[in-house]
Amino acid sequence: MKKVFSKPESLQDKNNSYCPGCGHGTIHRIIAEVIDELGVREKTIGIAPVGCAVFAYYYWNFDVTEAAHGRPPAVATGIKRCLSDRVVFTYQGDGDLAAIGTAEIIHAANRGENITTIFVNNANYGMTGGQMAPTTILGQKTTTTPNGRDAKRDGYPLKVCELLSSLDGVCYIERVSVSTPKNVLRTKKAIKKAFENQLNNCGFSLVEVLSQCPTDWQMTPVESVKWVDEVLSKTFPLGVYKENTEQTRK
Amino acid sequence: MKGNIAVCEGAIAAGCTTYFGYPITPQNEIPAYMSKKMVELGRVFVQAESELAAINMVFGAAVSGSRAMTSSSSPGISLKQEGISYLAGAELPCVIVNVQRGGPGLGNISGSQADYFQATKGGGHGDYRLIVLAPYSVKEMYDLTFLAFDLADNYRIPVMILTDGIVGQMMEPVEINPEFRVQSSEIKKDWKLDGCKGREPRLMRSLIMEEGGLEKHNWHLKKKYDGIKKTEIRCEANFPDSAEITVVAFGIAARICKSAVKKLRQEGLKVGLMRPVTLWPFPEKAISDIAAKSKKILVAEMNMGQMVEDVKLAVNGKCPVEFLGAPGGAVFSEDEIIAKIKKL
Repeated sequence: MKKVFSKPESLQDKNNSYCPGCGHGTIHRIIAEVIDELGVREKTIGIAPVGCAVFAYYYWNFDVTEAAHGRPPAVATGIKRCLSDRVVFTYQGDGDLAAIGTAEIIHAANRGENITTIFVNNANYGMTGGQMAPTTILGQKTTTTPNGRDAKRDGYPLKVCELLSSLDGVCYIERVSVSTPKNVLRTKKAIKKAFENQLNNCGFSLVEVLSQCPTDWQMTPVESVKWVDEVLSKTFPLGVYKENTEQTRK
Repeated sequence: MKGNIAVCEGAIAAGCTTYFGYPITPQNEIPAYMSKKMVELGRVFVQAESELAAINMVFGAAVSGSRAMTSSSSPGISLKQEGISYLAGAELPCVIVNVQRGGPGLGNISGSQADYFQATKGGGHGDYRLIVLAPYSVKEMYDLTFLAFDLADNYRIPVMILTDGIVGQMMEPVEINPEFRVQSSEIKKDWKLDGCKGREPRLMRSLIMEEGGLEKHNWHLKKKYDGIKKTEIRCEANFPDSAEITVVAFGIAARICKSAVKKLRQEGLKVGLMRPVTLWPFPEKAISDIAAKSKKILVAEMNMGQMVEDVKLAVNGKCPVEFLGAPGGAVFSEDEIIAKIKKL
């Protein structure tokens, strides 16, 4: 009998703590599949964020360290500069990367650190109960924008791919989503490229994944994927924002 | 050699392979020197975008098993406190150098000892300790920085060099002890993350959410700290058995007090000096023993009175404890100390 589907070796055989319909489980699995396919499980070091995905280290089957909120790119810099032949990646949410860790991500990207960042944008702070994130879209209701995000009071959603793609140290930036099977496949392709770039010593790569948070969005899982497709991706258009794989770190 | 350069040379000799820093006066010689020296040696130097980033780069380097150092001065050390708490929680070894300046706030750029509380009582959140070493000469800047790396690795603990702008900027000849041997090759870091080839995957964290897990972890830390208290206390006592008045001081203040005490002894006054070299663990017993023999103790610090609280705890009423302070980046002179002692 031919085996057509199995658990990746880079994923532990465990139930996860994520809510039904949450995108984290899918994204964790994609990363695990990519690491298996590239054959780098034994030389990978992941950096888990603060937020719902802090427990990622319980689910992946390779070395993982925790980092303080927003600081994974600095921790990744420390590891990668010491162990340049290992595969180092950060897994960060929108609060972690685009609010408290804005300085760390911009400067790691600008230094062209040869690392990979998976940026999960679900437009709110999930772990703490659904507050406004830097990526909350205008009009979106959260526990701290009860009447919807108002540009005058709360400012505008921060567009990370657009922002980072202007930096010279950046090799590859793409925004994807996990809202449909087609988008999941597209995400896997992007994440694989982001890891391959690191193996080819190309510098900084980031994949932003628009992800669903049905619990804090107060939607069903089905409504939430529809909202990603029909609403969230209007503010955050999917696509490749920068690709410069010719660039090799000196 | 300049004090700040001695820190660099001590670190390099101890096998420090990674340095991460951010500019701030009066420690700028350290990143400047390291940016040249570390590159020549094929080691890692990164000028970080902030103190936060620098201490978290240290976290990453320590996770990978490397000997890592960062340096800064008081306001910058405040910014590093988040990272220091995480390093302590995850039991990661590293060396943090604080070349103190006057505070609070931006303060001024002259030498100060106002960060004693911050260094010895926590600074960041949660229950934890750092080993805190207080050099009082350029030679000790070298020796104690060298020692700091071995202590850090032996106990899996962040170690702080608490010095100040005066010692940092001071020039003195340094004789390097040829007996110094790096222990790093003997210390097996069977916790480091370097990829799980040939072993089970590892995890590094300070988040311990399991029922009772954090309490257990913190009792483990307490046991470790108690062990350090038993074996790693360092202090220097001058005339401990024949002193009626003993001055207790650390760092540059002790340097000034030492020559004051020498002059007073020449005049026939029975004075002595006790200089804690480790501010944590604090030499409680040595001070308690001296208090039992002294008529009075004088604590002299370049702050409003911080170590004096620990001295009073150690003395525990055995004799009166007086205080001479110099806050705001001021330095007391030898004459001031002599006059104060004569008045006691």
